[in-house]
Amino acid sequence: MQDFSYQRPAALTAAIEAFEQAEDGRFLAGGQTLLPVMKHRLATPSDLIDLAGISDLEGISIAGSALSIGAMTTHARVASAAEVHDAIPALAKLAGCIGDPHVRNRGTLGGSIANNDPAADYPAAVAGLNATVYTDRRRIAGDDFFTGFFETALEEGELITRVEFPVAAAACYQKFDDPASGYAVVGVFVSRGSQGVRVAVTGATPCVFRMRDLEAALNRKFTPETVSGFCVPEEECNDDLHATAAYRSHLVGVMATRAVAAITDGEM
Amino acid sequence: MATLTLTVNGKPVSAQAEANTLLVEFLRETLGLTGTHVGCDTSQCGACVVHLDGLAVKSCTMLALQAEGTEVTTIEGLAPPGSLHPMQVAFHQNHGLQCGFCTPGMVMASVALVTDNPNPSEPEVRQGLAGNLCRCTGYQNIVKSVIAGARAMER
Ligand SMILES: Cc1cc2nc3c(=O)[nH]c(=O)nc-3n(C[C@H](O)[C@H](O)[C@H](O)COP(=O)(O)OP(=O)(O)OC[C@H]3O[C@@H](n4cnc5c(N)ncnc54)[C@H](O)[C@@H]3O)c2cc1C
Ligand code: FES
Ligand code: FES
Repeated sequence: MQDFSYQRPAALTAAIEAFEQAEDGRFLAGGQTLLPVMKHRLATPSDLIDLAGISDLEGISIAGSALSIGAMTTHARVASAAEVHDAIPALAKLAGCIGDPHVRNRGTLGGSIANNDPAADYPAAVAGLNATVYTDRRRIAGDDFFTGFFETALEEGELITRVEFPVAAAACYQKFDDPASGYAVVGVFVSRGSQGVRVAVTGATPCVFRMRDLEAALNRKFTPETVSGFCVPEEECNDDLHATAAYRSHLVGVMATRAVAAITDGEM
Repeated sequence: MATLTLTVNGKPVSAQAEANTLLVEFLRETLGLTGTHVGCDTSQCGACVVHLDGLAVKSCTMLALQAEGTEVTTIEGLAPPGSLHPMQVAFHQNHGLQCGFCTPGMVMASVALVTDNPNPSEPEVRQGLAGNLCRCTGYQNIVKSVIAGARAMER
């Protein structure tokens, strides 16, 4: 890794200030993506601003009918927290199937969604549950947050503080994981609540997206069979060493069917 | 350079580290604790697993400075000098290693796994070791070792 300067401020304002003063600053959360990227010299920041010293960014609470999770909360904490299991069990399950135990002990919610890897899991939950992303300066609707391949609506130096997930009546995440990395070859998050059905797909295309035509059909008739009339065309799917586009296109239907079936059977 | 202060294997440590020094480099090169291995340096293999405040982490995917104020346990600190931890004994007795390169990470990951789940099933052991790769054993005897180690840790 090339050299950089490191600091761990204890307050949010100090972190923002440090970013503004840095020539080419980067926030450091769990480091499970940023450090490997820096080892490959795909990122060469002048300053790393470690968010681990800001205790306000960590924690899980129920706020009205929503679950609020701090940006620095680790995947392991979300996977094991009683509040998450009670409110949105599908979210606990999703966090518990990210990577491996060691990655889950360091990796965070904020880092995952800021990075917006096309094969990451959390983006499916943010889009699939209509979550709201809170930053140091505003709130961003889950539907507007992920804007493209490794791209988000975050501005330069904008810091995610927490994410609010509305509690849905029922939700399920089905993931077909890559056996080597654990990342999603395809993952489908289905939720059913007072605002209707949501279907978010990760892994299949360059960025997480909602299958709105399938959502409309499931709003009329919520059965696994409904899924069979809908697909993501092969031409839109990622094609790489992990899976062909045709395979991914097929997997979207399989994972969506399983998620709907699990919800109708009540076994989320 | 910054001064890094932490506890390693129960002993207070204070030493200089560059910002870009990885925790595994600090342990191996500054402190001479070469039991922690580097298999891939790309966060895949788990040979570098240590415990940070009791949680298993990949020490190749952490900066040394991120460990400021923490308690780190390496394979050297698992049992008092001259003795073996029950999980180490179980790996020995069940032939849970061949070349031994992955073993420090396997043992550290296994102890963390059993601390969380004292009586793991075979699938739970396999899932719990998803972040640890072995190029030799085919995992059968590693899984056997962890289950035996878990029983021995209960005693
Ligand atoms: C072996 C391995 C397997 C993995 N498997 C999976 C998997 O199956 N599924 C999956 O989804 N992920 C997987 N990951 C990625 C993992 O979930 C990472 O933890 C995550 O992508 C990044 O989170 P982090 O906290 O480590 O962030 P970092 O690596 O510290 O940061 C990532 C990026 O986010 C920015 N950032 C971090 N926090 C904030 C914030 N609060 N506000 C604004 N910007 C911020 C950083 O500046 C950086 O650009 C895997 C990683 C590894 C090493
Ligand atoms: S050396 Fe750290 S994961 Fe391989
Ligand atoms: S025993 Fe050789 S790598 Fe595992």
